[in-house]
Order: sequence, then C-alpha cells, then structure tokens
Amino acid sequence: MNIKVIQVGEKILGKNEDKAAENKKRLDTQKILTINIMSSPGAGKTSLIIATIKQLSEKYKIAVIEGDVASSVDAEKVSAAGIPVVQINTGGGCHLDAFMVEDGLNNLPLPNIDLLFIENVGNLICPNAYLLGEDVRLMISSTPEGDDKPYKYPAMFADSDVVILNKTDLQPHLDFNEKAFRKVVDGLNPDVILFPVSCKTGVGMQDWFGWLEGKIKEKKNK
Amino acid sequence: MHEASITESMLALALEKAIEAKARKIAGINLVVGELSGVVPDCVQFYFDFISKNTLAEGAKLNFETKPIQIRCRKCSIVFTPSDHKWVCPECSETSVEITSGQECYMESLEVE
Repeated sequence: MNIKVIQVGEKILGKNEDKAAENKKRLDTQKILTINIMSSPGAGKTSLIIATIKQLSEKYKIAVIEGDVASSVDAEKVSAAGIPVVQINTGGGCHLDAFMVEDGLNNLPLPNIDLLFIENVGNLICPNAYLLGEDVRLMISSTPEGDDKPYKYPAMFADSDVVILNKTDLQPHLDFNEKAFRKVVDGLNPDVILFPVSCKTGVGMQDWFGWLEGKIKEKKNK
Repeated sequence: MHEASITESMLALALEKAIEAKARKIAGINLVVGELSGVVPDCVQFYFDFISKNTLAEGAKLNFETKPIQIRCRKCSIVFTPSDHKWVCPECSETSVEITSGQECYMESLEVE
C-alpha cells in the first residue's frame, strides 16, 4: 500500500482559537469587558466575583458565566446577588472552551452588560490552553496553596494578565513568603499586575476595584 | 481529563485533512506536544483507540514528539532547560525567565493511504 505524507502543521486547538476570536469580536461590538477567571478549586473565584458585584453592580451591569464540573451552587450564589448568570456544566470536563462560552453568550442579554466574568473550572493544568474570547486572563492564587505554585504551574502564571493573591488575612498562620512568590511571578511574567487581597476582610480590594473600573471605562470608550 | 477533548479535536482535524486529500485510510498521525502542555500521550492513545472506531483513522498509529521545556534568561539571553523546579539562569542566577518551548500542541503531519 502506498503511504503518502500530508503536512498539516496546525494547532490541535485551532478550531477553539477561531471560535474564541469570534466570541471576542461579538463582545467587542457590545463593548463588554470580559474576564476569564482561573484558579485551583477553593482559591476564591466565586468570592472575588461576589465581592466585586457588591461593590460595582450599582454603577455597572455585570453578568457571569459559571463553569463547573457539576452542580449549580456557584450559579445560585451569584444569582442571589441579582445578576444574570448562565451555568455551564462541563460534565466532568476540566476546563471551559470557546464553544461552551458561545452557548453562554447566546443566553445572556448582551446589550445590557458592561462587565462579564467567566468563572472557569477550578484547575491549574489546562484552562490557560483554551482561549475563550476574553480581554483579561485573571488567575487567583491563595496563600494556603503555598508560594511555590508558580514553579509547579508556570504556564498558568506566564499566560495571565492579572494575578490576585487571595486570603492574605491567613498569612500570619502560614509559611507563605509573599516576597518569594512575587519574585517568581514577576520573573515568569514581567507585565503581570498583582493584587494581594483578602476577599473576606476586604483588605486590598479597593486597588482591584479601581483597576477594574479603569478597564471597564477603557473598553466603553474604545 | 482534558485529553478527552484534545483527542476529539485532534481526530476531527485528522479526518478533515484526510478527507480533503481524498485518503482512504489514516495510517499514522504525527503530533508534537510540549512538556508543559499537560498532554499525556498514553492517555490520548487510550481515548483515540476508543473514539476513532469506524472512522478513516481506526487503527492509526499516534507518534508523539515531545518538546522539552526551554526557557530564556531575560538578562543574559541564554536558553536553557531547567534541571530542577527552580527556574534560575545557570549563567547569571537571574530568575526573570521566558518560556520559549514546551507549550506546543500541534499536528505535524498525517500518513495516509
């Protein structure tokens, strides 16, 4: 049998990237600032979203796409805050992809949204490999996880625009070395913006809110 | 777990290219994956054997070329493979480094009949 070689040279996730570009275009047309929130489970994705809704929902129209392996507990928490929310259950899948986000967009009142949070599935291995159509890739790392996480998941830290260091209120009880953490994160990603915060006590949150408001306005005026 | 969706995307791409080339059968798929891509070849092969049944790609051999992690020191620009989990430049001890290789995940070529 004659074997013929066909050169391909295409990314396996190329179709996802095309769909992400389509989503981005749609969100740009509506001038919606879109933030993809990634972290390990329990680092504070939902807490950050809820604290931000409490602070900014009187000034801006916020919506959320909730990705979860199963259940709708996070969506219920957000919905209780009076915000449009779409739940996507990945059915065991460990990340959101651009096709799932497209479904989410189809179920949101896009003309009435200024800020969209996409809460990714809690996982540090692969969500960064899937573009969704976001403006900002945000990663949360929390102090109980340890200051060595950037060494273990370098790609996540290198691919993020913003890193939120959450649960700083627990620092006195932990061996977490913020200086060492910052050094590695800055080393991997010199352009990163890092906000040390406690979603629980509110310490540091004003800096995050201020930065976010600036980005919402920037997108509106584009 | 993400190998399931990567394998689906990979199979879809392979079938698309094989049909374009009017191939009757896919004998081999040559893939390049970086050490940082989080893709486990054995796991892809496991899913592939299952989902490629009754397609042009049934029985195809998956060949993986693994790309090692390479990083470039932002201070002295040398490129190196980190030997341990501390990513420090072996020349100048700088910790500011850029990942230059290891995140790849693409299909290089197909072998078809």
